[in-house]
Amino acid sequence: MSNVLELQESDVHHGHEAHHEHHHHETFITKYVFSQDHKMIAKQFLITGMIWAIIGGLFSVLFRLQLGYPESTFPWLEDLLGHWAKGGKILPEFYYALVTMHGTILVFFVLTAGLSGTFANFLIPLQIGARDMASPLLNMLSYWFFFLASIIMFSSLFVQTGPASGGWTIYPPLSALGDASSGSKIGMDLWLTSMAMFIVSSLLGGLNYISTILNLRTKGMSMTRMPLTIWALFFTAVLGVLSFPVLLSGAILLLFDRNLGTSFFLSDIYVNGKILPNEGGSAILFQHLFWFLGHPEVYIILLPAMGMSSEIISVNSRKPIFGYMAMVGSLFAIAILAFLVWAHHMFVTGLNPFLGSFFVLLTLLIAVPSAIKVFNWLTTLWRANIRFTPGMLFAIGFVSLFISGGLTGIFLGNSALDIHLHDTYFVVAHFHIVMGVASFFGMFAGVYHWFPKMYGRYLNNTLAYIHFWITIIGAYLIFWPMHYEGLAGMPRRYYDFSGWESFKMFGGLNEFISVVAMIVFAAQLLFVLNFFHSIFKGRKVTTANPWGANTLEWTTPIRPGHGNWVGEIPEVYRGAYDYGKDGREFIPQTEPVGENESHH
Amino acid sequence: MSTVAIEKKNRIHPHKFTLWIGLASIIMMFAGFTSAYIVKRNQVNWVTFNLPIMFWYSTAIIIASSITLWLAQKAFIDRLMPKYRSLVVATLVLGVLFIIMQIIGFSQLWASGITLQKNVSFSFLYVIVGLHGLHVIGGIIALMILFTKAFSTKTRSYNLVPVEVMSTYWHFVDFLWIYLLIFLLMIK
Repeated sequence: MSNVLELQESDVHHGHEAHHEHHHHETFITKYVFSQDHKMIAKQFLITGMIWAIIGGLFSVLFRLQLGYPESTFPWLEDLLGHWAKGGKILPEFYYALVTMHGTILVFFVLTAGLSGTFANFLIPLQIGARDMASPLLNMLSYWFFFLASIIMFSSLFVQTGPASGGWTIYPPLSALGDASSGSKIGMDLWLTSMAMFIVSSLLGGLNYISTILNLRTKGMSMTRMPLTIWALFFTAVLGVLSFPVLLSGAILLLFDRNLGTSFFLSDIYVNGKILPNEGGSAILFQHLFWFLGHPEVYIILLPAMGMSSEIISVNSRKPIFGYMAMVGSLFAIAILAFLVWAHHMFVTGLNPFLGSFFVLLTLLIAVPSAIKVFNWLTTLWRANIRFTPGMLFAIGFVSLFISGGLTGIFLGNSALDIHLHDTYFVVAHFHIVMGVASFFGMFAGVYHWFPKMYGRYLNNTLAYIHFWITIIGAYLIFWPMHYEGLAGMPRRYYDFSGWESFKMFGGLNEFISVVAMIVFAAQLLFVLNFFHSIFKGRKVTTANPWGANTLEWTTPIRPGHGNWVGEIPEVYRGAYDYGKDGREFIPQTEPVGENESHH
Repeated sequence: MSTVAIEKKNRIHPHKFTLWIGLASIIMMFAGFTSAYIVKRNQVNWVTFNLPIMFWYSTAIIIASSITLWLAQKAFIDRLMPKYRSLVVATLVLGVLFIIMQIIGFSQLWASGITLQKNVSFSFLYVIVGLHGLHVIGGIIALMILFTKAFSTKTRSYNLVPVEVMSTYWHFVDFLWIYLLIFLLMIK
């Protein structure tokens, strides 16, 4: 593999002289565009994900504007959105499109592709000691399928009838019938095509991640010595590979219903006063297929954040992670349970209550591994010599949000309580905190922590601290009040609540939430600014291991080339968490175990 | 297997491993279809059907193609390249024949009144059998790549991995078809 080595900039051997016999020449296209280097692919995923996050976040600001000020008009909206905001007020059809696209973009394009696409690509080879992925070509294809999916989804924003607007869960019959709503026309076709591309991308990526982790670990890197990030990314990939195909099968049946006149999900339907010929289908069937993916999907989003937070908390606590094997075991338990709880999204669809009680039990069981994880994070932090780096703050923020959002999951997991709470703002608050914001925090933690490895420069700390405090306070201010609204029965997905006597009293609260949402969105732009500015102008990294971490990525040159290590790949002699051992602050994985070394 | 090979590598080649995970994910997709089928069958409006006779012939063809590919792999290991080439060609022909027979089977179904839109059970039949066909077509494309490699005079590679990956996939779609056939016969 020495033919793909590229020496670091500061290296005396810099240049294109043939120090290595098969030194491989990279053009702009092969280095930055059709790159097969896992690190470049990771950056492509990250930046594409960030662009999507800005679009998806902007959509939430737009619909929060409607929810916060249902009776006002904003003439500038008409300039921005054209006929979708005639007279400065967002049309109901477009409101639904915004909500749908916000969900789709954030769940799939940002927190699936942007999160595990970035960090699985970046960290797996670096942390297990591999030159690259098992198949760099498939890896490159994975990004370009994602890119294609992005282009198709993006183009759907500009079609005459608007993008898909039946909710990110695309339940039929709304999604199956073109006549059902304007968003069910070409926007829905583009949505399905884009998602098919997305599924291909995520499968190609997932295959590669699993294969790389199981086959390409360096000498001495046994499975139980792997950093928890790798374990988390491994289970994430397994979940993706086994659950996305089921969504694909649902999407294929939906395509048949839409375009070829079959009736998998359709039965006895009137549209515009006409009865449709479709007979014998079941819309519930789609929900089963969708949620069989949909539930594992929330763990696909959450697990990488858990893994990265575990790693970052341990590094910055200067303490070994508490209960390494319990952490791995609980990740495994969560991954298994993820496949067995999908029907808790369907308690009120007429599901047999007896069957429902099984799903209640299995759902509540998730609290056990989750509690183990929280306990271990807290005990790692307990009496630690904590360094409050921005990455660390976001990792701690992740733990906080995971606790807050996880607790409301116990409410929602009860089928009896769900009769009252389903489809209210309580659900919105729950999943945004536990899956949306928490995973974002994991992602931010990862970016702040590994940015020096990605670009050889640091992010600006002052901007990072401002970003952190606005985001965490803002996230709680946005979503905490939604619990109260939800408990009072305020339904989600509504365009305007001012017509209901019982929800009128929340008008002020909704306005407050909207204002905070805009402030938090602005704070994210600060992060984007910091990110792109620091790539070119950030303070340069001067030491190979700035955080004093044990893992292998910090044994590479400051700016590793394709192939990661100059010369041999280092050998591993110990686990990733020997911090504060025998009076030493940290002992890297590459250091052989000493004769008189104590056991933890 | 020679002892050298055993000493050299006990671990599975990453490409083969990747294929196995890929197969697991294809299985999950068909598990999605077949479980949807079972759920739907227990509801109203389910109409049973008989499979066309052509599906039995095509089953024999795809089993034969698995055997020829298996023999081709053995010939490749023994470096009997002319034999290997003809067996790859035979597999390719049998694969194409399978697809043609499936299409004929579909038209027989259609002629007997079992059309795509008429009933959900019929729709399922077309979707499941059709998607299996697509996976076979994918295999045929891969076989064509193997075929061009086998006949190209420039590249003389004795790397077994691509051949093994190809044959594992091909046997998989063969078994998948047998499973689906039994499934559709037992549960209709």
